[in-house]
Amino acid sequence: MEKKLTLADLAKILEQYDVVELEDITIKGEVELELGSSAGLALPPALAQALQSLMGAREMPGAFEAKRIEALLPATFKVAKAEWTGEIEEVTLGATSADGGTRERTVTIGGEKSLPFYNFDAQMPYPPVISVDCFDMPIPLAKAVREYYGDVMEDPGEWAKKNVREFGADMVTIHLISTDPTIKDTPARAAAKTVEEVLQAVKVPIVIGGSGNPDKDPEVLEAAAEAAEGERCLIASANLNMDYERIAKAALKHGHVILSWTQLDINAQKTLNRYLFKLGVPREDIVIDPTTAALGYGLDYAFTNIERMRISALKGDTDLAFPISCGITNAWGAREAWMKDSPGKEDSDWGPAAYRGLMYEIITGLTLGLAGGDMFMMMHPNAASTVKKVTQTLFGAKVKEDKAKKVAIEDWVTWDAEVGASKK
Amino acid sequence: MKLSSPMEIWKYLPGTNCGECGEKTCLAFASHLKERSTRLEECTPLFEDEKYADKGKQLAELLAPEIREIEIGVGARAAKIGGEDVMYRHELTFYNRTALAYDVWDTMEEGELRERVSRITNWRKFYVGEFLTLDAIAVRSVSGDAQTFAACVKAVAEETDLPLVLCSFDAKVLEEGLKVVPDKNPLLYAADKTNWKEVLELVKSYKVPVTLFSPDLDMLNSLALTFSSAGVEDIVLDPGVSPAGEGLADTFSKFVRVRRVGIEEGDKEVAYPLMSVPMTAWMIHGDALDASYWEAVLAAMGIIKYADIMILHSIEPHSLIAERTLVENIYTDPRRPVSVEPGLREVGTPTGHSPLFLTTNFALTYYTVESDLNSNKIDSYLIVVDSEGIGVEAAVAGEQLTAERIKETLESYEAENKVEHKTLVIPGLAARLSGETEDVTSWNVLVGPRDSGRIPGWMDDNWPPK
Ligand code: SF4
Repeated sequence: MEKKLTLADLAKILEQYDVVELEDITIKGEVELELGSSAGLALPPALAQALQSLMGAREMPGAFEAKRIEALLPATFKVAKAEWTGEIEEVTLGATSADGGTRERTVTIGGEKSLPFYNFDAQMPYPPVISVDCFDMPIPLAKAVREYYGDVMEDPGEWAKKNVREFGADMVTIHLISTDPTIKDTPARAAAKTVEEVLQAVKVPIVIGGSGNPDKDPEVLEAAAEAAEGERCLIASANLNMDYERIAKAALKHGHVILSWTQLDINAQKTLNRYLFKLGVPREDIVIDPTTAALGYGLDYAFTNIERMRISALKGDTDLAFPISCGITNAWGAREAWMKDSPGKEDSDWGPAAYRGLMYEIITGLTLGLAGGDMFMMMHPNAASTVKKVTQTLFGAKVKEDKAKKVAIEDWVTWDAEVGASKK
Repeated sequence: MKLSSPMEIWKYLPGTNCGECGEKTCLAFASHLKERSTRLEECTPLFEDEKYADKGKQLAELLAPEIREIEIGVGARAAKIGGEDVMYRHELTFYNRTALAYDVWDTMEEGELRERVSRITNWRKFYVGEFLTLDAIAVRSVSGDAQTFAACVKAVAEETDLPLVLCSFDAKVLEEGLKVVPDKNPLLYAADKTNWKEVLELVKSYKVPVTLFSPDLDMLNSLALTFSSAGVEDIVLDPGVSPAGEGLADTFSKFVRVRRVGIEEGDKEVAYPLMSVPMTAWMIHGDALDASYWEAVLAAMGIIKYADIMILHSIEPHSLIAERTLVENIYTDPRRPVSVEPGLREVGTPTGHSPLFLTTNFALTYYTVESDLNSNKIDSYLIVVDSEGIGVEAAVAGEQLTAERIKETLESYEAENKVEHKTLVIPGLAARLSGETEDVTSWNVLVGPRDSGRIPGWMDDNWPPK
């Protein structure tokens, strides 16, 4: 049967394609156009196909049934790669005996040439790493976390060991919080001994954290850096409110990496980094901590601050082109992470606090990983392992058994909750 | 949006500075349009005066967001999705927050079904001055039977005013469901490479939005092109969520790339809202708690990287609180001020013997404290110090909250005239300021709890002061 299309029909279709003019075709008056084998017609293939289909679909003469299509219009999905000019510095933590340390392995972070996990632009060179926290004294912990550490809280060495042996930590962070004059005012010398104990207890690279007291930290971190000579620890941290120069020099002298910490302020981060350059700190000895805020408690600022820094760095701002460390343990400061019930009487039930805390730490970690975090300091072993699993997956690490390959993903529509997963 | 500056927008406006839009000049109005902080319709002359009609029409097209905005459901709880213009929230803001749809299914026992629907519909959590709620209900056809599905949809619709997503790959099942709620503008899930013809017919006769599903992006593109060529524009694209392994990395890449084509490359063929289905996590986990965590992980990826609507299964509180809070964080307008006005506020009906609490002017902190006092019916005064919009702990460390500044605040808002006890309760996180504050202000200083949620218990032990 001969398919015919009136000029009015054609005009309507062309409108859909934003075509205002057809080259080499003049149409006058109320003509009919035959498309069957009109080779001379320079139409875009999709349009030609649409016209074909439309004509094929026409059954009732007169009334225009434009919307009936018999075959899918072919299309190819094409997307360009993002090209960045900048590259993040590669930083190695820990030193083995070959490099004058006693670590059994080292950890390298950074080196990105694309946004996190955008392997379709450029393969991420190293997956993010997780450093599990321990403290130099028993501290108040949410119940959900205490359960795991109750037996080792008196002994930082044992605590560190547990983090590695039982919880698979890539690294361990020792927080010397007892040195704070308002806590125990532990002398710097004693703190340095704690660091030695931790270095004895574990063979992974470590992070040495102060108490956060700006007056005491320089002295404490200096002593700790000396005690850990040659181990290439991450010294946490230098910031603008304190004698960062003393800390940076100690790190430099004793062969460590410095954590440059600022509070949600991109310009302050650039300033502090430049000060560190001036002091002669090599680029491969700097990691930055732009500050982590918990889910619901400023995570939006932390996310955007880190994302902006990473994008600036990839665009070529070398002041910011460093691996990023995130203190994910901060998530436990959110009341939802630990409080038994909602203090607000009008909220729906909050459910068990233990479930929430773990969730808050996981989501805070993953969110900042997607913003550009390279290293996560974490607390709950299951949060650490979950964040590790998802970041490894996105990084593209090979897995032994890919369970997802066995399921047809559209089957969620008919998935039976009764038999699918054990009901609570 | 295709125009890159207020000047370019201004060229299309009448240029009379008539003030109808509420702005003094057309250029001021143009800046608001550029920031998407007003609507074009506010410029009434553009639409009422014949001579501007062409420009008005052109401008409306040029201002349209890169990603099509569509609406699902009807009435007060209808949800807008899509309408995005940027890849990164700091470039402007993300616009319509990810709609969270939680599932029910047609093999549920009716009592349980109604209970679950009502839990989803009525769930709420207070956050920064308002209640967060959920956005939609996805009704799944597990039975595969059209009548069973229709009965389920009917029960759900009776129980909720939330938008619905009707889920089945069988067009006949979908149609029976649609017949029950023809005026509720539900989102259909889904047309794919096998059923697309039947679903297309349905969408055309019922005029409802539709989801197109294909993990193969060429096929997804082809489906989108076919539907739009047929005059269907309310489209949502589901590239599929593989719950683990290589498939998950691939899923992540698809969401980013499809959105990139829509926004950065301005290609209209796939510039539609995206759907993510984190509930696929349930198909690979035997344990419900494990599944709920992994589902939240997939949800977080989707919320951050470009899902405009998602379908989830766990309605346990730990899931809902975390998922909905993350949506709020990512979709909050980053240009919104982070601080509230400093001052002396009254909570309830305080007297000279009521406690005086201190907090900072960081909006999040302020609203949290205020709501804790309010919801526990604690008549009190709340003095808000200008900490430059920084929270208590950070402001103490950064010296935006100091004894001196507390003194100035007490004086400038004449706190002395409000309370007779001359006692100030400072946050537990500012404990280290207590001594110095007593010294410089000559007020008695009590250290409150570290979290204002504990004020009620703290009051039992510490108020009135001895
Ligand atoms: S209403 Fe329109 S014409 Fe009048 S000032 Fe505003 S933008 Fe200009």
